[in-house]
Amino acid sequence: MKDFVPQPPEAGCRNAPVLKERGQREVFCGLTGIIWLHRKMQDAFFLVVGSRTCAHLLQSAAGVMIFAEPRFGTAILEEKDLAGLACANEELDREVDRLLARRPDIRQLFLVGSCPSEVIKLDLHRAAERLTERHAPHVRVLNYTGSGIETTFTEGEDACLAAMVPTLPDTAERQLLLVGALPDVVEDQAMALLRDMGVSPVRCLPAHRAAETPGVGANTLVALTQPFLNETAACLERRGARILSAPFPFGEEGTTAWLWTIAQEFGVAPDSFARVTDAPRARARKAIAAAAETLRDKSIFFFPDSQLEIPLARFLTRECGMKAVEVGAPFINKQIVGPDLDLLAEGPVISEGQDVDRQLDRCRAARPDLTVCGLGLANPLEAEGMATKWAIELVFTPVHLYEQAGDLAGLFARPLRRRALLSGLEGAA
Amino acid sequence: MKLTVWTYEGPPHVGAMRVATAMKGLHYVLHAPQGDTYADLLFTMIERRNHRPPVSYTTFQARDLGGDTANLFKTALQDAYERFKPQALIVGSSCTAELIQDDPEGMSATMGLPVPVIPLELPSYQRKENFGTDETFFQIVKALARPMGRSAHVSANLIGPTGLGFRHRDDITEVTALLEEMGIAVNVVAPMGATPADIARMGAAHFNVLMYPEHAEAAARWAERNLGQPYTRVVPIGVGATHDFIAEVAKLAGVAPKADDSRLRLPWYSRSVDSTYLTGKRVFLFGDATHVKAMARVARDEMGFEVVGLGCYNREYARDIRALAKEYGVEALVTEDYLEVEQTIEALAPEMILGTQMERHIGKRLGIPCAVISAPVHVQDFPARYSPVMGWEGANVIFDTLVHPLVMGLEEHLLHMFREDFEFHDEAGASHHGGAARLRALDESPTDEPEPEMAAAAAMPAEGNVVWLSDAEKELKKIPFFVRGKAKRNTEKFALEKGVTQISVETLYEAKAHYAR
Repeated sequence: MKDFVPQPPEAGCRNAPVLKERGQREVFCGLTGIIWLHRKMQDAFFLVVGSRTCAHLLQSAAGVMIFAEPRFGTAILEEKDLAGLACANEELDREVDRLLARRPDIRQLFLVGSCPSEVIKLDLHRAAERLTERHAPHVRVLNYTGSGIETTFTEGEDACLAAMVPTLPDTAERQLLLVGALPDVVEDQAMALLRDMGVSPVRCLPAHRAAETPGVGANTLVALTQPFLNETAACLERRGARILSAPFPFGEEGTTAWLWTIAQEFGVAPDSFARVTDAPRARARKAIAAAAETLRDKSIFFFPDSQLEIPLARFLTRECGMKAVEVGAPFINKQIVGPDLDLLAEGPVISEGQDVDRQLDRCRAARPDLTVCGLGLANPLEAEGMATKWAIELVFTPVHLYEQAGDLAGLFARPLRRRALLSGLEGAA
Repeated sequence: MKLTVWTYEGPPHVGAMRVATAMKGLHYVLHAPQGDTYADLLFTMIERRNHRPPVSYTTFQARDLGGDTANLFKTALQDAYERFKPQALIVGSSCTAELIQDDPEGMSATMGLPVPVIPLELPSYQRKENFGTDETFFQIVKALARPMGRSAHVSANLIGPTGLGFRHRDDITEVTALLEEMGIAVNVVAPMGATPADIARMGAAHFNVLMYPEHAEAAARWAERNLGQPYTRVVPIGVGATHDFIAEVAKLAGVAPKADDSRLRLPWYSRSVDSTYLTGKRVFLFGDATHVKAMARVARDEMGFEVVGLGCYNREYARDIRALAKEYGVEALVTEDYLEVEQTIEALAPEMILGTQMERHIGKRLGIPCAVISAPVHVQDFPARYSPVMGWEGANVIFDTLVHPLVMGLEEHLLHMFREDFEFHDEAGASHHGGAARLRALDESPTDEPEPEMAAAAAMPAEGNVVWLSDAEKELKKIPFFVRGKAKRNTEKFALEKGVTQISVETLYEAKAHYAR
């Protein structure tokens, strides 16, 4: 039994003092979440109401994806929209009509608020209600904010899912709800593992299609797959659901602990749990070991980005033998990442928020072996001689659960291996 | 409101960042919400810069709204000054900060910083990125440049190259060499590589070389009026334009035109027999006005292509582009809507596109070869190797760039000869993608072949009331896919003109004879 519950260190980080900083933040806004959310929800369209800057951001973040007739776009506010609000509503209705006429396959439309639309107080909630009536029953229109003033990067997904929760149908059924947009391959693995140990029924939020939208109620148990779903968890609790408290399913240990938490709720016996997980656990440990050779005893520094930092630091320190110097997160909810903080050995600075220039000073002083940061900082730090791992990849790449544990460790080992391979270039221009 | 997926240009503050990042010793304090720092990665990733752009953002959040944001701006400005000790600062608002109406100009004026602080007015809801570069550079020059004695030796400033500019890095080298050959020194290159102190000594040059009108025309005009410096009108892209540029420069500098074009290979390559197949290749051009104007001349007069359409996305130059289109006898397309560009390309069915990153993808979708000639561009168009587009080496680079996407003469000839061959049919694809080729079974006849997607021309309904007879349709399929669309259109047009309602093999060949070139 003990085998399924990770041994915490003598002192964990749950009660470690948190360095809270305010200042310039080098982070994405929540609009970026659209890039992966629209791949997951196959009949949804994300319409940002914002400025040319918002459109430019999506274009920069989406890279080449933008050409495959994507299901997102920006209604760019123009001078005349700022002159009077009534007009802006009419304009929005017209653009939505045109969009839905062009894309009859769309069943859910998200009006996504941005900084400009929030600042001029364009009421997208009312607009969503109005447009739902207008396009019922074919299309349901929802709204959430992905603005930089309200949300940081992955918080965009949180805001989106939280907006869906009040619209979910009621159900009294005892069910497991997996919450968080996972890559399809990972979601399938989670479903298979849970099915094999007899946990059922299992549903997902977000679902692939509007028609598969799960219900929620007092007998719903929620397993979060991502640490950034703070608002969604709160909304689900308001609907009577219970949030399971577990480390996040990164690495062999994290995945086992996460599954075991669920298994206990559904009365799975330890031997059937072992029967389902023994083989994938062994595979995961073996795959991690390969990358851990490169990572062992190396120091790591996390700049804040996605809220994945704490669970990842837990994985890298415990399963790959790394030493954490600083673990920065844009926002820390101890209710949700508490189990991961318990397992993360005391030592690293835990920081929340950012003053980027001061954090860079700390990073330069510490000279970590590997720095996890955004693309705006990565090349400049490399040029200063520091190895980096760019953080966004951790959100786009399948990294959860057993089969991806080796890949996850590999993402951190690769920059170090590359650095060693190219060491002959040092000193050259 | 306007629904957009792709934008050719970013907002104007990104233009200001391009100027700030190009320069040294200058710092930009941008009043902007959390998240606008995304623009940093354009410079660190696409251009692979090895330092952070010299931009500090106030990154205000919702809780800061309501009074606090003005203080945030002041703190950010003070911190940026103390940390970076720049020779000058520029300050301004992004689109959201424009709405909350803090006043960067007023606030910075009250702070008494010991260096010039230049405020920028960039209307985000009306103007775009190129306006941002032009206006920012103009404000910097206006604030810092002063009339002064001319340099003893004849010299010029090179103005216009910025961060994220298409081939700006290497164009500077090439233009500097052109001037050197005439004994003209370069006084200041700006904004790329210049410090505020360099801007202050721009007045010593005898004239300005306006490399990219999009980014420095306002500054060039100002310098003409206030510093008495004339500026060049010809942009030296292509052989003819480079000769014209040299003549113009010689006149402005009062020296003899001199051109060492011993390294220039475009004219001979273009005359050599393998290039004969380029004759009359139908090309469509789209991009920023400067590059489109220059490349249209190269395409027609130096490569022997036929220009079937052209356009630009920057409305500031709409009039120039319309005049140019008239000269080429085609319709001008001035739009920032890539769907409109796509429709136009579909309708014109060119054999090649010269465009931006978007046109490259449109070309991919439609199966039309494309060469990139203008920003916006992606990381592969910031190459490690030397690749200017200006001057003599630029012309060499252009020849290669324009020819490589096309099936070259000999290869095209072979394709014609062996078009019924089992390894060499439409679906086999390019020979250098051999691994993916689908060989036709030896006993499979060409007509059994399933209609490949990009060769769908023959399957399209005919225009008007013309019907394709099955023999004619079969014959049409024998025409190589990359000219089939044109052949189909021409035949239908011919049939309509002649009042023929059924297209037979005869009609097909009569049309071919009619349109023979």
